[in-house]
Amino acid sequence: MVSLLKNKGWVIGFIIAAILFPFVLSNDYFLHVLTLAFIWMIAVYGLNLLAGYTGYLSLAHAGFFAIGAYSLGLLSVNTDINFWLALLLACLITSAIGAVVGLVALRTREHFFAIYTLCVGYIIYLVIDKWDSLTGGVRGLIGIESPSAIGPLTFETPLSQYYLVLFFLLFTVLIMYRIVHSLTGRTFIAIRNSEDLAQTIGISTMKNKLLVFVLSTFFASLAGALYASFIRFIGPDIGYITIIFDLLTYLIVGGIGTLAGPIVGTFLIVAVSQSLQFLQDYRMLIFGPLLTLLVIFYPRGIVGAYHDWRMKMAARKRNRPQKEQRYFEAETDESEKKIKEG
Amino acid sequence: MDILTQQLFNGLTIGSVYSLVALGLTLVYGILHIPNFAHGALYMLGAYVTLTMMLLWGIHYWIAMAVSVLVVGLLGVLMDRLVFHPLRHAPPIHDKIAAIGMLLFLEAFAQLIWGADYRTMETPYGQVIDIFGMTATTQRVLINIGAIAVMILLYLFLKKTYTGSTIIAMAQNREGAQLVGINTNRVAMLTFMISGGLAAIAASLSAPINLVFPGMGHLVILKAFVIIILGGMGSVPGAILGGYILGFTESLGATYISNDYKDIIAFLLLVVILSIKPKGLFSREGF
Repeated sequence: MVSLLKNKGWVIGFIIAAILFPFVLSNDYFLHVLTLAFIWMIAVYGLNLLAGYTGYLSLAHAGFFAIGAYSLGLLSVNTDINFWLALLLACLITSAIGAVVGLVALRTREHFFAIYTLCVGYIIYLVIDKWDSLTGGVRGLIGIESPSAIGPLTFETPLSQYYLVLFFLLFTVLIMYRIVHSLTGRTFIAIRNSEDLAQTIGISTMKNKLLVFVLSTFFASLAGALYASFIRFIGPDIGYITIIFDLLTYLIVGGIGTLAGPIVGTFLIVAVSQSLQFLQDYRMLIFGPLLTLLVIFYPRGIVGAYHDWRMKMAARKRNRPQKEQRYFEAETDESEKKIKEG
Repeated sequence: MDILTQQLFNGLTIGSVYSLVALGLTLVYGILHIPNFAHGALYMLGAYVTLTMMLLWGIHYWIAMAVSVLVVGLLGVLMDRLVFHPLRHAPPIHDKIAAIGMLLFLEAFAQLIWGADYRTMETPYGQVIDIFGMTATTQRVLINIGAIAVMILLYLFLKKTYTGSTIIAMAQNREGAQLVGINTNRVAMLTFMISGGLAAIAASLSAPINLVFPGMGHLVILKAFVIIILGGMGSVPGAILGGYILGFTESLGATYISNDYKDIIAFLLLVVILSIKPKGLFSREGF
């Protein structure tokens, strides 16, 4: 995963393609779909940091996404504070809730953690759905303001909103890149590979797990808040468990525990969903088995499979000694083997 | 007082259904250590198969239920063979994701075949009867008796038969079971068969007092998870006890606290339990 990002060409290519896209295809509908996809990507990055790099499958992230969206929505509808302040507050509120949940949730491991977070997610959904006086219940929140202008920059048109969300996505990717390649990121991976081992070499696992949990809820809430300001209407459905299953599908298809995975997976699935629109309610007939098959045959998704293939090719081309090739493979597969044994 | 006994009876009924679902879940967890998120979909399919049998061919309720047990049980076996068996050496996160994939597929499948409408299931046991001053439909009485009968049968099967004890042996120690000559693959399939069958029985019994729709498994499966954590994952008596505890808590909570928030009670219970004991109440392995 390191070497994939070392090819800076990929990153630059993506940025240029994303910036140029509106000039090539100036269709408001496509812009809308892509902007939404970018928002999902941000949320998937948050999930990836926790599930992919630290090995804790959180099923509460749809809930945090919804808290972020509702925080912004409520601040925007009920008070008249500046949009950007509201955005920041929404993220901070959610991160604070995330810290409290994380403190308790992270005491549990593996299956217990997944079930615990699933229940937390459901509680968040039920609270939003039933707390009529605050959230408007099933009627949802209407009339959320769109991002206010910064100086001469206004965010009224779909095009400007597209660039705004793109900016946040790039910001997210940059932060993810910095985290994953820092000592902290290595620490997360160490925890994923073996928590006991990490503890033995002096890593404070609880502190790091809490950090990664809060970071990942931060990005979930950022995505949620952007969603609220972009769609300008939110209902309790955005916190329902189907949303987390969608996010998980994006992540698994793209490649869990890879940096490019969230972008690749989300883009592919959104594109395929658009062309399979007639399926709508039945798209899970395809994506459900796809999820299962990918986990069985390509557990690290498209990006992981591509990466493995490149490794194999490179090793064959250079005809390196067996030992070095194994070192490369070890770097990517070690974690999974470790978890298997542990 | 009248309300109290009525609610206690309701709690018993709900608890019976929860226990049956949780039993299937806990058996699979005990054997394979998989939290089978797709179990809720099996429950939902159980109700639909029974309903279809009754509507389409006018088969009697009990025979329809038997067919449903067979169909869903076989589906469980299929799931084990196609999904969980190939993943037996994979990291635990993969099992969970694969199970979620199956859940999504089966729900979409049910929606495709039967539509998203809410259906009601007619039962031949709709009469209202009077027991000790309480009024209840025969169906509700039937749920209680049926569930308890199934639990006793399951207990006898696990404790008194040779095949049953292979399941217990495998839950206690997989390698050990293999060493003494137990075919663990066959035991795994058998367990999935029983697990699916239990889900089908629970769904068919409770469908007449609830509604049948593609998402009917969501809440039930979440609560079943709460139950098996409550009762210790993999523990059979724990699942039964936990099911009844949850049933009573819910029906009393709905009456005396708030009907709107009654579904939250179960999850709050779980959050509290896991906050205090991260490995569940009785974190003892085996039966």
